[in-house]
Amino acid sequence: MTVRAASTFFYRRPNWYLALLLVPPLLWFGTVYLGSLFALLAQSFYRIDDFTAQIVREPTLATYKQLVTQPANVDIVLRTLIMAVAVTLACAIIALPIATYMARYARGRMKAFFYVGVMLPMWTSYLVKVYAWRLLLAKEGIIAWVTAKLGLTGLLEAALAAPGVGGPSLSSSYIGMFIVFVYMWLPFMILPMAAALERVPGSLLQASADLGARPAQTFRNVVLPLAVPGIAAGSVFTFSLTLGDYIIPSVVGAPGYFIGMMVYVQQGTAGNIPLAAAFSVVPIILIFAYLSIAKRFGAFDAL
Amino acid sequence: MTAAIEFRGISRVFGDVRAVDDVSFTIESGEFFAMLGPSGSGKTSCLRLVAGFDPPDRGQILLDGQDVSSVPPYDRNVNTVFQDYALFPHMSVLENVAYGPRVRGVDAATRTQRAREMLDLVQLGAQGERRPAQLSGGQRQRVALARALINHPKVLLLDEPLGALDLKLREEMQIELKGLQRRLGITFVYVTHDQGEALSMADRVAVFNKGKIEQLAAPRELYTQPGTAFVARFVGSANVAEGALARAINGSEKPFAIRAENVAVQSEAAPLAPNSVNAPGAVVAVQYHGAASRWQVKLDAGEVWSALITEDEARTLNGLAVGARVRLSWPREAAVMLRESPSSEPASSESASVS
Amino acid sequence: MRYNPNKPSVLLRVGAFAGLAFMHIPVFIIILYAFTTEDRTYQFPPPGFTLHWFEVAFGRADIWQSLWLSLGVAASATAIALVLGTLAAFALARARFSAKDSLTVLFVLPIALPGIITGIALLAAMKLARLDASFITIVAGHATFCTVIVYNNVIARLRRLPPSWVEASMDLGADGMQTLRYVLLPQVATAFLAGGMLAFALSFDEIIVTIFTAGKERTLPIWFFNELFRPRDRPVTNVVAVIVIAVTLIPIVLAYYLTRPDDEHETAR
Repeated sequence: MTVRAASTFFYRRPNWYLALLLVPPLLWFGTVYLGSLFALLAQSFYRIDDFTAQIVREPTLATYKQLVTQPANVDIVLRTLIMAVAVTLACAIIALPIATYMARYARGRMKAFFYVGVMLPMWTSYLVKVYAWRLLLAKEGIIAWVTAKLGLTGLLEAALAAPGVGGPSLSSSYIGMFIVFVYMWLPFMILPMAAALERVPGSLLQASADLGARPAQTFRNVVLPLAVPGIAAGSVFTFSLTLGDYIIPSVVGAPGYFIGMMVYVQQGTAGNIPLAAAFSVVPIILIFAYLSIAKRFGAFDAL
Repeated sequence: MTAAIEFRGISRVFGDVRAVDDVSFTIESGEFFAMLGPSGSGKTSCLRLVAGFDPPDRGQILLDGQDVSSVPPYDRNVNTVFQDYALFPHMSVLENVAYGPRVRGVDAATRTQRAREMLDLVQLGAQGERRPAQLSGGQRQRVALARALINHPKVLLLDEPLGALDLKLREEMQIELKGLQRRLGITFVYVTHDQGEALSMADRVAVFNKGKIEQLAAPRELYTQPGTAFVARFVGSANVAEGALARAINGSEKPFAIRAENVAVQSEAAPLAPNSVNAPGAVVAVQYHGAASRWQVKLDAGEVWSALITEDEARTLNGLAVGARVRLSWPREAAVMLRESPSSEPASSESASVS
Repeated sequence: MRYNPNKPSVLLRVGAFAGLAFMHIPVFIIILYAFTTEDRTYQFPPPGFTLHWFEVAFGRADIWQSLWLSLGVAASATAIALVLGTLAAFALARARFSAKDSLTVLFVLPIALPGIITGIALLAAMKLARLDASFITIVAGHATFCTVIVYNNVIARLRRLPPSWVEASMDLGADGMQTLRYVLLPQVATAFLAGGMLAFALSFDEIIVTIFTAGKERTLPIWFFNELFRPRDRPVTNVVAVIVIAVTLIPIVLAYYLTRPDDEHETAR
């Protein structure tokens, strides 16, 4: 059969053509990815036998019960959630001047410079960035050196002594963890925000000024509301990325566990895959919930 | 003699929308055929059916007497000039034009030669090495034309090809296209929403509305004898009276149309002309167009109608200005009786404008 | 000061540039530390500069082993991803059928959900199937999200192609294969390449999912992760960091320049 005849064959039967294209990727995604997700769900309904430490393959809600009733577990979830929200807020605030400048005031070369400047750290290896911060935050690291030079050592020590968020050093405290999270996800907040701000037509600002609003008022009443979808889109990233991360809490670690760490630890030494699976269902639910909220703020149009 | 193209009972449906609704007609070999209508009327859908980009949901398309409903576009002896020209940006102008022969297996030397000849035909001989992005809109249009003609198709389809050009260029291209068609003797099927274009270029025009053909005739007949209210309004702008308005003016509800240039404006005091139809009203606006002026008059019966008055005729109307009471008058036989078309607006919307 | 809407306030400018600097300083520090003469602590400023640690790093067998493994995994995952991602992109670019939206979500899910979910899910599946961790399980995990990267790039490009080009090609006599060869592939080539490069960089740098699927194998990121807690040979770790930065950053930057809309090659109207 000539190529042309084959071509005509498929031209007359577009559905066959579609099937031909889709079968390999669907086969893969179906078995490897979806299959794994179902396996995860299945595992969360099994439990670990306390005596033999083997996985008992009978459906049960015991693992979920363990997750929800033990106060330590609930603590873990809350801690992660609070950190995710805090990081999101901080990212939004810090990103605002950068995104505003980038989108509305930078032109030509400066604008390209800013865009590449924001994307470069995003593209740099995740692990290298975490490692870099570990060095920076260490007792003998740069931050300690800078604060000493600025005479702010007292302030640093006071911060570290703060209950709940402090720690023996920056590199093992919640404050340090918070800083690293904000650093890591900042580009993910900046880019959607800048994109949303760029879409605000200049004529709106001129109309606002024409009607008598001062710059700050124009910003508050015109620019900010129109930037909300961008902020919402960026927040989806910062929230879900923080929620699921386990590397940063281990490397820049405070004693308290986070969801991601819990999953990692449970499947590792404890071999308690069911509990690890149950724990990982939590972020899935939380993220879906967050997505539906974010959708209402227009995040999906700004992604 | 077999028609070049025949539509038999063609329908094309998208969900609830009938883009083409049981359409049957023929296009004769060697004629310049225009398909005219507003957007969404089905004219472009019909063009795509001839080209082979969409299959008909019902009915048959015959090219030269053969049913081609299941023949893919690359096996039909039909070529298209696209609205956005669809030139391939990664090929030079020459390579674009030589594309047809290339995919048919013609060797490089022959096809380059033929491409150069085609470019000369459209007066772009010197532009062969350049890329489409470097050419002006009018030049790209001609490249698209050359590319479509190099295969010597029996039928050339043109999908609103002049839409993106400015007025002067458009008028030049219209003359060129018409001349080209006469010289080559190919059947041209030309889709446009511009009735002036259709009237000036085509041998016959099919007026589309809501998936059906309202009238298929030569331009002159279309203009002087519109069949339906839609055609009367769309081709040239006629004053159309239907339902209650018709009754108020004429005494009967039969719809009719009267062209603005056939309508005279008279002062109320002037004597009635014999065998004329008259409608009183007040002047709303006078638009000066140089050789003629368009007078907009709000009829007592409700609608705003227009009369086209030449400079000479206007002299007798000195003293009549906006707000003045006047009478629109026309000879009884100048009015064209219209038939009810399936897509004419319901009578109630006419009376809604009575205030 | 007169109100000029086109000039940003000093505060805004300072905030913007300071923020940008904040984002770049940490990585510069690491690159700096790869050349330090001090080998035990994170002393700042570094007492001296040397290339000695690069020599040491390149003499270490375990580093080379991990490097080869990472390169092999990245290459395999990218190859699979290029095939699957392109097929999926061609299928969904212009198709109109009922399942299209759900399929679009499916093809985005691997990067929409946090990496830990993918990781633990794959592990759960491996345990259920009683499969051991190996090169294949690592590649399987990587290929899944690499496919998404290639798919995104190719489909974005395909969606920018005016459908009239394909129709024009067929109208002029080219069948499906010829249209693909002469019209589609030249246009999609850059997106295809860019997708491949991004996938490679992503796979090379991947740690979150890999930890779950690697078992005893050590890719370079895993080697790196383990080294994070070792108190000696830190400059060597810094050198590896520089290598990782280079191998991942360069393809990404190239991919970025490849996929910027290039007017001469994309528009003809």
